[in-house]
Amino acid sequence: MFYREAGNFKTSYRDDGQTFPIKLDRMGYYVILGVAAMVVPFVINDYWASAVLLPFLIYAIAAIGLNILTGYAGQVSLGTGGFMAVGAYSVYKLMTAFPDLSILIHVLLAGGITAMVGIAFGLPSLRIKGFYLAVATLAAQFFLVWLFNKVPWFYNYSASGQITAPERTVLGWAVTGPAASPAAKYLVCLAFVIFAAWVARNLTRGMIGRKWMAIRDMDIAAEIIGVNPLTAKLSAFGVSSFFVGIAGALLFAVYLGAAEVGEAFGINKSFLVLFMVIIGGLGSIFGSFAGAAFLVLLPVFLKNVLVGVLGWPTDLAAHIELMIVGALIIFFLIVEPHGLARLWQLVKEKLRLWPFPH
Amino acid sequence: MDQLFYASEVFINGLMTGVMYSLVALGFVLIFKASGVFNYAQGVMALFAALTLVGIMEGQVPFSHLINATFGTHLSNFSWTVGPVVAILLTAGVMVLLAIVIEKLVLQHLVGQEPIILFMATIGLAYFLEGLGDVMWGADIKTLDVGLPQGISDTIEQATANWFGYGFFIDRLDIWATIIAALLVAALVAFSQYTKQGRAMRAVADDHQAALSVGISLQFIWIMVWSIAGFVALVAGIMWGTKSGVQFSLSLIALKALPVLMLGGFTSIPGAIVGGLIIGVGEKLFEFFVGPMVGGATENWFAYVLALIFLVFRPQGLFGERIIERV
Amino acid sequence: MKMKLAALAAGTMMAAAPAMADLIVPNLSYRTGAYGAGGTQYADGFNDYFTLLNERDGGIGGEMIQVPECETAYNTEKGVECYESTKEGALVFNPLSTGITYQLIPKVSVDQKVLYTPGYGRTSAKNGQVFEWVFNAPANYWDGASVAIKYLLDENGGDLNGKKIALVYHNSAYGKEPIRTLTELGEKHGFELTEIPVEAPGQEQKSQWLQIRRDQPDYVLMWGWGVMNQVAIQEAANIRFPMENFIGIWWTGSEIDVMPAGAASNGYKAVTFNGVGTDYPIYEDLQTHVIEPGLASQGGEHIGSAVYSRGMYAAVVIAEAIRKAQELAGTSAIDAPQLREGFENLNMTQERLAEIGLPDFGPAFELSCSNHGGNGKARIQQWDAEAQQWTLITDFTEPDSEILEPLIEADSTAFAEENGITPKDC
Repeated sequence: MFYREAGNFKTSYRDDGQTFPIKLDRMGYYVILGVAAMVVPFVINDYWASAVLLPFLIYAIAAIGLNILTGYAGQVSLGTGGFMAVGAYSVYKLMTAFPDLSILIHVLLAGGITAMVGIAFGLPSLRIKGFYLAVATLAAQFFLVWLFNKVPWFYNYSASGQITAPERTVLGWAVTGPAASPAAKYLVCLAFVIFAAWVARNLTRGMIGRKWMAIRDMDIAAEIIGVNPLTAKLSAFGVSSFFVGIAGALLFAVYLGAAEVGEAFGINKSFLVLFMVIIGGLGSIFGSFAGAAFLVLLPVFLKNVLVGVLGWPTDLAAHIELMIVGALIIFFLIVEPHGLARLWQLVKEKLRLWPFPH
Repeated sequence: MDQLFYASEVFINGLMTGVMYSLVALGFVLIFKASGVFNYAQGVMALFAALTLVGIMEGQVPFSHLINATFGTHLSNFSWTVGPVVAILLTAGVMVLLAIVIEKLVLQHLVGQEPIILFMATIGLAYFLEGLGDVMWGADIKTLDVGLPQGISDTIEQATANWFGYGFFIDRLDIWATIIAALLVAALVAFSQYTKQGRAMRAVADDHQAALSVGISLQFIWIMVWSIAGFVALVAGIMWGTKSGVQFSLSLIALKALPVLMLGGFTSIPGAIVGGLIIGVGEKLFEFFVGPMVGGATENWFAYVLALIFLVFRPQGLFGERIIERV
Repeated sequence: MKMKLAALAAGTMMAAAPAMADLIVPNLSYRTGAYGAGGTQYADGFNDYFTLLNERDGGIGGEMIQVPECETAYNTEKGVECYESTKEGALVFNPLSTGITYQLIPKVSVDQKVLYTPGYGRTSAKNGQVFEWVFNAPANYWDGASVAIKYLLDENGGDLNGKKIALVYHNSAYGKEPIRTLTELGEKHGFELTEIPVEAPGQEQKSQWLQIRRDQPDYVLMWGWGVMNQVAIQEAANIRFPMENFIGIWWTGSEIDVMPAGAASNGYKAVTFNGVGTDYPIYEDLQTHVIEPGLASQGGEHIGSAVYSRGMYAAVVIAEAIRKAQELAGTSAIDAPQLREGFENLNMTQERLAEIGLPDFGPAFELSCSNHGGNGKARIQQWDAEAQQWTLITDFTEPDSEILEPLIEADSTAFAEENGITPKDC
């Protein structure tokens, strides 16, 4: 009743092919965009930016990137942390080497560098398939972290190997460094998220996306109908790493401000982003957001409830929080094995019929 | 000449370390073989088993921290302690119980789902068990002593010193680990070859549908396999926990088992052993010869590079089932 | 769902904000994760001392102290969340993590909060001209390295020429800290340094210890944390490395590090800047005011342990700085900038420590506007496996400032340049 398709007439292919074919969806989307860009920056404070929104947005970019590789092209990757480190260290080197260039260009360039590294480590995918492919990306993960830790050039020979983001501005507003306002940081990340989601959506529904999905569903069959596995797989690695690199660059430069490679970009990060993608829904842009929200917001929320409201000791709360997150993952899988994105679709399905289900 | 001795010492110790990796990898293989589930929670199960073992041995009150925080009591220990053998048996019982609960609450509801979804469920399980282990037994580092000897083996050092003029270092704990691993593998092979349940297990591993149609209970087999994997996790937990004390980091040994699995093939028990040995020797020799030139700490990534090199030539792992693709 | 969560979270966050008017000293602790065992003890010591002040004296200068705790799990992202959620009205932060410290160093100067990192964090923060808001007294890693070498010099009659010293370190920012200092000291005293990194977490150290067995270094120094400590001490015992030639930094010198190796760990040494054990008069007060009424943090099972004592020591220094700040500001309700003044004028004397009930518990030190790190004095403790306790075997020793001063100067200047800070003139 609240959600209906009736009255949505499409008179052109353009209308039929759009991302939100239903008017209500479209409106909702514009409202969310409007609120995110026009209202949130005025009410945001340090806590909301640093604890909730920045990590959510940045992980959403990383999840979109990994979803392209794993969800659309079917190539399992456990090297996300390592590729994020490439983005972070590239942006650091660029920021300190060319201080006059805009930080936005640095971030994009960092994405580009990560894309090249990603393609290089994607080469074994032509030979190794399935779970076994994870070994190639795991090799990338551990090797890259080791490399950034060992070669002093990457961290500008600082005494301890930590990198710290200097202050850089966009249109006169500081977006990195300690003086950056939460609104400026948030808006920069939001811009990149919108950019990433827009590019990803349009790539995945075009020819290249169809090639990826053909490879995912069965690569030999895809090859027979004329999809070149070399270009399809490597382009997936490239595009995916591009986004992951941007996420790493933002994570370091805008969100954390200082990072140490083993701690910030370790194997845990790879697993975390993979969990986001699977929980959110493989092969869904919305799923990437949902998964990032689930794993970023839920722990913060649980912590605030258990410690802040119920007043439990922090360690007990942390342990119980793990149990609740684990139980919820299993619960959601049993209810709907295909992730939160599919769950959302089901809800829409129900809403469409409500209050008169069959 | 010295270099040769050093290299062979590193080689032998690499083999021993490889056995320790294999112990962890075995648990993964068992479950993957029988149910096609990549059990991410295997490392956490090792931690949970070791925590339970120490808890039982020392007579800790489970959930004491939670109880104390809720009711303001000061519980910590029962007044008894339990001997290692009894405690190991009791812990094995707990792992069987855990297997039953996992089957009833999780796996049963996910029959026939894709592998990635089952993998995801084990991630949830890993989170849950990690929290549960800590809430049950506390997050302190616990000393685990089930009577296994540790330290350099004097006999071997003496003997090699007499023969070669250089005493080799071999840890007695590693020797025990090798013996136990050999016994474990022999028992597993015997079980799966010669018992009715073992044959049923192999049938399920070959084909779920066909196994069901000849009247094998999938439920029972899964519970059995998870129990065995739980027991293997306990053995791995004892071995690693004896060295470092039982603490959270024990769950991270799973990371050491990943390259072993991929090298050996997910479905092969001999693969887990041979893979472990190759990884152990390979990473130790690389660290010995190349490590000093590049600044050391190469073991973590070299294990994967080694596995990668093997996989490029054999994409299904050394002992994995041949991947046959049909269009 | 997102919206609902957000709304709920907003509601809970309001409730979580602490009541104003008290002095707020947040405890960013970690009781879970790979380093949780050490973090728990530290946090207990930190909490218990403030509980004691509140219960016995009614706070400091009549102001109660609030210690809201927040779990970081040694994770920088959770650390940021904790910092942001507790910074409202907070005076000083003590995150017990090098990673989180690096994160907070730029932030605290903008938010005007004091960051106190005793025995960890960024070493060059000792230079108060560049790091206005950061204090790392009484000692830092470079001091620790230098004190360990001084001790070895004493053992060897002042001569380390031709000796081989191996450094086993956690392959991270924290573990790499002493390398520069030790290299310079090696040049000065003529010993040969071998660097042996251990990749985190460090469950498997066979290669490293086989290397030590081959090279036969005279001494092994260790910078480790977490599971790496227990395994290293066990492996050292396995290769029969003489324990009395094995010296750890303070974070590798707690009971839980040596206990799993049992009797084999007897004689192991560690550098420390605080006392250990319950042989101090303060524990009588702690018993009556904190433990018996059941107010001890987590039931008080770690009281007197090395890391517990270090947490308590951090609390003692903060409390003294607060006292000083109240005296200077002429009001008891101080804010963070006033506390910074208190830190800069802090004079910890042995008399004062004795008054507190902790005679000879830490070194005497004096801070100033340019010196935020004290004099770096530390001492050596040794493990007695039979009695299951640490024994202090040296007095407080001063580090080699001739080597350290230029290093600190160089590193802090580099930081100032990179971040466009003009060093304060004082």
